[in-house]
Amino acid sequence: MTKLDHLRNRDAVLRMSEAEAEERASVVDPDDERMIINMGPQHPSTHGVLRVTMELQGETVLRSKPVIGYLHTGMEKTAEDLTYLQGPTNVTRMDYASPLFTELTFSLAVEALLEIEIPDRATWIRMLMCELNRMSSHLLFLATNGMDLGAVGMMIYGWREREEVLRFFEKVTGLRMNHNYIRPGGVAADLPDGWREDVQSILKVLPERLEQFDVLMTGQPIWRERTQGIGVITTEEALALGATGPILRSTGYAWDLRRAMPYLAYDEVDFDIVVGTYGDTFDRYAIRLNEIRESMRIVEQCLELIPEGPYRAEDRKVTPPPRARIDESMEALIHHFKIFTEGFKVPPGEVYTAVESPRGELGCYLVSDGGPKPQRMHIRAPSFVNLQTLPHMMHGGLLADAIAVISSIDPIMGEVDR
Amino acid sequence: MTEPPASLDEETESGEEEMPDDDVERLHGAAVTVTNGQTVLHTDKAEYHDLIEALNDDDYGVCVDLCGADYLGNDTRSLPATVPAERFELVVNLLDVKASRRMRVRVQLPEVAPTVATITDIHPGAEAMEREANDMFGIEFEGHPDPTPILLPDDWQGHPLRKDFSMGRIPVQFKAVDGR
Repeated sequence: MTKLDHLRNRDAVLRMSEAEAEERASVVDPDDERMIINMGPQHPSTHGVLRVTMELQGETVLRSKPVIGYLHTGMEKTAEDLTYLQGPTNVTRMDYASPLFTELTFSLAVEALLEIEIPDRATWIRMLMCELNRMSSHLLFLATNGMDLGAVGMMIYGWREREEVLRFFEKVTGLRMNHNYIRPGGVAADLPDGWREDVQSILKVLPERLEQFDVLMTGQPIWRERTQGIGVITTEEALALGATGPILRSTGYAWDLRRAMPYLAYDEVDFDIVVGTYGDTFDRYAIRLNEIRESMRIVEQCLELIPEGPYRAEDRKVTPPPRARIDESMEALIHHFKIFTEGFKVPPGEVYTAVESPRGELGCYLVSDGGPKPQRMHIRAPSFVNLQTLPHMMHGGLLADAIAVISSIDPIMGEVDR
Repeated sequence: MTEPPASLDEETESGEEEMPDDDVERLHGAAVTVTNGQTVLHTDKAEYHDLIEALNDDDYGVCVDLCGADYLGNDTRSLPATVPAERFELVVNLLDVKASRRMRVRVQLPEVAPTVATITDIHPGAEAMEREANDMFGIEFEGHPDPTPILLPDDWQGHPLRKDFSMGRIPVQFKAVDGR
C-alpha cells in the first residue's frame, strides 16, 4: 500500500471544521505564519460556486479542501419522480457544458434494462452529436482556462468557436443547451435538412482557429511558464483518487472508455487517445486542445459512415408514434396517450452504464422496480470525483497557481452538486 | 461439518460447485450474479471490507462509483437465495483498468444503524462518495477521515434520498395574490 501511504503522508487535505479554523485564527502565535483563507464560492475563477478553503504559508498553499454543495438541487431525488421519458430533461441539466453525454448515459441505462436495440442511425447520430459536444465543451474549457490564466482574448475566441457548434445544436435539437435530444429508444428527431453542410462548415473553420490557439497559447513562453510543472499528479495518485478523463490521461495513462470499453459505434471509427507525459496543467490543457482535433476526425467519419434508416426504435411501447399515425390509428393514439401520461414500464433490475464524457467517466446507476419511474437513479459525475485531486495538485504550489489548477480540472458545478 | 442431505437433488446435479452448502457461484466468499451482462457480487456489512480488499488484490484497483440505494417498499429485487435482503444497499462499482473489466458489489445494510467500514483506506477516492452516501441515506462509514456533510448544509435534518423522505412542495406565492 505504498501509493496510499504516499497520498496520506502528504497531508494535502484540510480536514478542519469552520469552528476549529476560527479558533485557530483567534490564537496569536508570532512563529506560526500559516493562515486559512477562503476562495469562493463567488470567485470568478472557480467556474461557478466552488469554494476552496486553503491553508497558506506566505504564498504557498499547504492544505486545502474543496467545499461543495452550493448548487445541490436534489436532481437524483427529482429523477425518482419523473418517468423514463422525462428523465433526460432532468439529467441534461447536470453537466450543462456537455449535456448530451448525461442524456446518453441515462438512455443507455434505460435501454439496457429494457433490452431493446436501437437503430444504427440513432447510434451514429448520438455519436456525431456527442463528439460535437465534446468539441464545444473543450472549447469552453479553452476559453475559461485562457481567461483564468490571463489570456483574456481566449475568452472571446473560445466562446466564439463554441457558439458555432451550439448554433448547429440549436438547429438540430431546438435548444443551445439542455437539449433533451438523446432519449431512451433513440433520439428525439432526425437530423434536419442541410445538416451535412453545417457540420462541414464547422469542420472547415475550426482547424485554422485551433492553430491560432496554438500560436496564442501553446507556444507562448508566458503560457508555458504558468502551466508547465504546475499541479502535477501521477498515474498512481490519479487512479487511487478515482480521477478519470483528461486528468488521468495527462499522467500518460491511455485510459479512454471509448477505446477500453467501446459503446455506441466507437469500435468502428478511427481515432487516437491523446495522452500527456508529466500530469501537469499544461498537459491537461494540451490534451483537451488535441482532443478537439480527434473529435473532428470522428465527426468526419460519422459524416461518411452514418447510415440511413429510422432514428429511434420502432417499439411503440417505448417511443411515441409519428404524429400523422395518431389521426389514422386507434392503437397509435393509445400508445401515444400511454407514453405521455403514465410512461412506459421498465422491467425490474439494476444496471450501471458509463460513457467517456469530456471530463471523464460519466456513469448512470439505475434501479427499476418495474414501474414507469426509476426507483433510484444515480449519476456518477466525473467532476465530483475529479475534484478530490485538487488538494493534492495544489499542495506546495503558489496561490496564483491554484487558479490554474482549478481551471485545469475543468469542474462543472452543476454536475458536482447535482 | 456434515453436509445436510440435499433436498433438491435434480438441481445440485446440474450445477456442481465447490461450495458444499449451496449451489450459488461464489467469488471470495460472496455470491455472484450476472445481470444485463454485468457481474455483481452480493455481500453483507461484515464481509464488505475484506471483499473490497481481496478485489483490490485482483486488480480491481479503481473505485469508480459508490452510492446508496433504498429498497423500502420495493419487493421486485432479485437476490441470490443466500443473501438476506435488507432495506439499504451500498453499491460500489469497481474498475480494473488493466483488463478493462468492471465489478459491482452490492452490500446489504440494515434499516436500523446502517453502519459499514470505510474503504477509503483502500480507495482514497471513495472519500467524497462515502460522504455523499452518508448525506443522502444516513449510511455511516466507520473510520472515515472526514465524516462531514458534503452536498447538504451542515445543519440539514434527514436524509433526502431515503424513500420515506417526502419531496415536499414549496408553495408558490404570486405577487398579486394578497394585494402586495
